Amino acid sequence: MSSKVRRFWSGNIAVAEGALAAGVDFYAGYPITPSSEIMEHMARELPKRGGVFLQAEDEIAAIFMLIGASWADARAMTATSGPGFSLMQEGLGMAVMTETPLLVVDVMRVGPGTGQASKAAQGDLMQARWGRHGDQILPVFAPSSVQDCFELTVLAVNTAEKLRTPVVLLSDELLAHTWETVQVPAEVERVERRRPQGNEPPFGSPEPRLPPPMPRLGDGHALLVTGSTHDPWGMRQTSDAQTHRALVERLWQKIWLNRTELSRYEAVGVEEAEVGIVAYGSVGRSALAARKLLAGNVRVGVVVLKTVWPLPEEPIVALAEQARAILVPELSLGQLLWDVERIVAGRCPVLHFSKVGGGLPIYPEELAEKLREVAG
Amino acid sequence: MSVHSLHAFLRPQALPTVFCPGCGNGLVAGAILRALARAQVDLKKAVFVAGIGCAAWIPSPHFLADSLHVAHGRAIPTALGIKLRRPELQVIVVGGDGDIAGIGGNHLLHAARRNADLLVIMVNNLVYAMTGGQVGPTTPHGLPTSTTPYGNPEYPLDVAGVVAAAGANYVARWTTAHLGPLEQSLLKALGQEGFRFVEVVSPCPARVGGRLAMAPVEAMKWLQAHSKPLGQAGPEEIALGEYVERTRPGLLRALQRVVHG
Repeated sequence: MSSKVRRFWSGNIAVAEGALAAGVDFYAGYPITPSSEIMEHMARELPKRGGVFLQAEDEIAAIFMLIGASWADARAMTATSGPGFSLMQEGLGMAVMTETPLLVVDVMRVGPGTGQASKAAQGDLMQARWGRHGDQILPVFAPSSVQDCFELTVLAVNTAEKLRTPVVLLSDELLAHTWETVQVPAEVERVERRRPQGNEPPFGSPEPRLPPPMPRLGDGHALLVTGSTHDPWGMRQTSDAQTHRALVERLWQKIWLNRTELSRYEAVGVEEAEVGIVAYGSVGRSALAARKLLAGNVRVGVVVLKTVWPLPEEPIVALAEQARAILVPELSLGQLLWDVERIVAGRCPVLHFSKVGGGLPIYPEELAEKLREVAG
Repeated sequence: MSVHSLHAFLRPQALPTVFCPGCGNGLVAGAILRALARAQVDLKKAVFVAGIGCAAWIPSPHFLADSLHVAHGRAIPTALGIKLRRPELQVIVVGGDGDIAGIGGNHLLHAARRNADLLVIMVNNLVYAMTGGQVGPTTPHGLPTSTTPYGNPEYPLDVAGVVAAAGANYVARWTTAHLGPLEQSLLKALGQEGFRFVEVVSPCPARVGGRLAMAPVEAMKWLQAHSKPLGQAGPEEIALGEYVERTRPGLLRALQRVVHG
């Protein structure tokens, strides 16, 4: 029945394999731990498959190489970590404005600055969403298992193509170097980029949910691609307010109106929850394990978010309406906390469980103890 | 009505240009288009990549070809991404000295080192003109600018010399007062593989000429008077000519060799 094969991979290898399965054929990157295995895997695999691999002189170059390659019809990706992710914000903003599909994987480590190199953290959640200047949003996915690393990378590549947008995959060091069995399907879905039919403008769409079609360089379109405000044909319009508003609203709505379709999460035991947990990434695994530890004692509802922007709000609301309190554990001083507080909106108390530095996981035992305390 | 022979290369809705009267950009644009015409490059198979600055506007939006107008300094890596994925396209970068050698200097150095299969045309107007005439990496020592009102205390970078040393296959420098050899250099560069770099020293009547009270025609005379052939030019003069001409395999062929032997 099952045409799946079992593979034993680390999170980083699963990301690279997911990208290859989804048809990624262009990788440019700059070395940084804890993401390096992704680049090394692509350096081995892409040339064998007719793809392009290049190690760039820095992360800024890497992401602009992706932008060029994407317009030349590549499925392009890179992977990095905090300091490199900061440098890539410039290119991410450019990719948002030029509607260039590409994937950036950020394997989170302790920051700010150079922080603690390669120690796990979850401090880049807000940066992934808001790291660029200007009004913009882009989809952000966050795997919670090695299986997720594979599947969400496929989803991220396809989302980039479908919505003509850069997409961020937010992994973390613990997940990157966790080895697990992955069920790999024989084939995965590949969304094909939509090409212009007739006289369709490359930067305008009558329907805000749908991105404009993306022409390819070298096909005689005399394309104007610009990071400046532009009209539907790509002509710069750098003083007209109406053109700017129409453009940035469309870019925003293109993501926002598709948020239900982008929404991925795992909700367990929400209906009968006495207490709840909302988490993402490697911490989501600890949350699920803590629930098991308390089985028979405390009824714990868990929401593990796999889409972290735009955020799936419904499961969090459902949990808040049921649970006595919600605990938000994260490897940060408090970023997901703000989201949950906003969405819960006073329906129940929201408590924070924060751990930062040293790369230590949040252990299921310490979560279980905290939940027992909250449940009373 | 008679139409200029290069009119077919220009985007009608982008004309007339926004360049200042006396700007060298029109002369550079003409030289580029004449070289493309002579080399019989199909503009449908040419991609121009530009960053930010006055020179970046030469191709975008004026040339009737695919163009990408990206962030300041990032034209070269963008262009390389295109070339690696679509080797059959003629990928050309046009930018200013601040864009290419200042903020994009690291990309320039490494593209030359890799011998990346790109033609980069750097229009050197000696300052950051679009932002008001601030000092740049190529500003002559002592020149007053809006951010060096007492004269530039620093010394300029010999960009062509650096690119030649870094490993480019072809490097030349001319000025807008030397359009014949400039066009010839561009024509030659279009027919080669690897990294090709042509620097054009060009007058900025607004930000340099204005400050020095030098009319555009005087600026052209100054360029002629202060240029000497490579090897004969003094430290205060503009060295003209071909810095290097090599036939090393470009990055694309090097990558092919690694994979397919």
